[in-house]
Amino acid sequence: MDQTLVILIDVAYAISSLLLVASGLALIFGLMRVINLAHGEFIVLGGYTTIVATKAGVSIWLAMFVLAPLVVGLFGVLVERVLIRWLYGRMVDTMLATWGLSLLISGGISTLFGATTTGVSNPLPGVSIGEYQTGGYGLFVIGVAVALMVSMFVLLRYTRAGLIARAAMQSADVVAALGYNPSRIYMATFAIGAALSGLAGGVLAPLTGLTPTSGGQFIAKAFITVIGGGASVVTGSIAASILFATVAKVVEALSTPVVGEIALLLTALILLRVLPRGITGRWFKGAV
Amino acid sequence: MSRALPAATGPVLIALILAGAPLTGLDEYSLTLLLAYGLLGLSLALVWGLGGILCFGQAAFFGLGAYSYAVAAMNLGESTVPMLLSVVVPGLLAAAVGALMFYGRVGDVYLGVITLVVTLILFKFVNSTAGEAYVIGHARLGGFNGIPSFPPLNVPGRPDWPIVGMALYYVAAAVLWLAWVGCRWLGRSPYGRVVAGLRENELRMQLLGYDVQLAKTVLFTVGGALAGLAGALYACWAEIVTPGLFSLGQSAEIIVWVLVGGVGTLLGPIFGAMGLGALKMALGGQQLIDNSLVMGVILVVFVLLLPRGVAPLAQRAWVRLWVLRGDATLDAQHPHHTRPGSRPEGGE
Repeated sequence: MDQTLVILIDVAYAISSLLLVASGLALIFGLMRVINLAHGEFIVLGGYTTIVATKAGVSIWLAMFVLAPLVVGLFGVLVERVLIRWLYGRMVDTMLATWGLSLLISGGISTLFGATTTGVSNPLPGVSIGEYQTGGYGLFVIGVAVALMVSMFVLLRYTRAGLIARAAMQSADVVAALGYNPSRIYMATFAIGAALSGLAGGVLAPLTGLTPTSGGQFIAKAFITVIGGGASVVTGSIAASILFATVAKVVEALSTPVVGEIALLLTALILLRVLPRGITGRWFKGAV
Repeated sequence: MSRALPAATGPVLIALILAGAPLTGLDEYSLTLLLAYGLLGLSLALVWGLGGILCFGQAAFFGLGAYSYAVAAMNLGESTVPMLLSVVVPGLLAAAVGALMFYGRVGDVYLGVITLVVTLILFKFVNSTAGEAYVIGHARLGGFNGIPSFPPLNVPGRPDWPIVGMALYYVAAAVLWLAWVGCRWLGRSPYGRVVAGLRENELRMQLLGYDVQLAKTVLFTVGGALAGLAGALYACWAEIVTPGLFSLGQSAEIIVWVLVGGVGTLLGPIFGAMGLGALKMALGGQQLIDNSLVMGVILVVFVLLLPRGVAPLAQRAWVRLWVLRGDATLDAQHPHHTRPGSRPEGGE
């Protein structure tokens, strides 16, 4: 019983970290159809912000929940104004430009901080479940992911801002005719997506040491989760995260973590071949 | 472009440049590496520039070619068959991945994701192959450390006559020249016209009755095989192969080369690869600025400001200088060329 619980928590943690990593990209891709290949570096930036701030004496919670999203969100505004807005509608060019941006950021970080691993210590103690011990921070990550998904769903589905954002993506002209500025809406959406990436980086920083090139391991997972999920931002991400994380964990239990990761990637390949529009292109159509 | 000059001018000129490069005082060791990069750039120029298929995983075929050569050379102690394998194995992978993508009719973005994922799978797998369990014949795959000290290239049938140094440079130069001439021929053949047609408008080509899926798969296979050959040349040059060959950074670099050189041309990416490869070597000698920072800036600047690369500029200058003597513009003769992957302006 206790063991089952521990395994379940482990799987839930895997799903949650996938959701966290993917959420910013899901928002930006799902609403704007912009593939941001610098997404992994946005996460790394959030992580570095948290680490630097914590080392400077700021409370880790403040650094994680306020500073990291704020810094990366502002950076997102800059990126959108300077780079992305010239490339709307040119998907491949956007991918190329943001890939360049990702190289630029990781090169910049390693020029500033050096190519070494940095991290902060885990602020939460372990939790005992019967005879077993599990990381308290893992449970915290699960909580953050759930809260994030709920608030994203509520924001997009039930608020006026969410309605306007979704409308702008469907028909920018109509939204403009109704008196809203699509260019502003794009900028805000991109900034919020970037802030979410920063939050993910901040939350995950105490668990994974960061190097300037860590972005690469986030981008692939985020990418396949979002694409595998399909058009619906929240529903798609959740469905794809559950599928991929479960496959990875089950295979990992049977063999090694590396084989688990490879199984995750292979599942993504098969999924894309069978359902080229992602999970929500087939089921849960029209969900947010 | 060579209206006033015989058709063979280009190939002869390039052959002379390649043959004469070592005489300029540049060391043949660095030049050989640049040739391997040039071939790699050419492989993506074919797939992306001619066919409009943006492959984010060209490094997968490059790495696989290098590893195929290394493993086979260790087992056979001779380089002829390994050279062939370094073309065939990546070619087969490319054919399989290509068939998966093109017969599945996946779109631009999904194609990018799939090629990226394939590269990652190979990278993660090869990285994890440390230890006794991962042995192919006499070759230990070695995980993160890669495979060192396999036999170098040799004269076919004579393992005791290695091809190294200046000889390796000339072999690589000949391979690159042949590959370029071959790609040029391919681009001008009826098949090449079909591929160029489907780059511009796939639906139209399909309605005209061409087998679009097959044409794309074949092109992707040829591109993969060429990248594998570049990998084998690299392996002969470096005398070690490591998982870094499969990395996303490597894939990004290839795309930067092609973009800077000029998508849609063949020579542009070759010289783009060589120029940026030389720049990377120069940057490797200093510690102040990180190499990927420079590559990133170059990529962003070119996408925003010079999306067609350097080649069209050079071509225009060449035409102005030699063919038209400055009395007409090139644009009048090449009215509208859509860059692969981007939307044609004004729609269909």
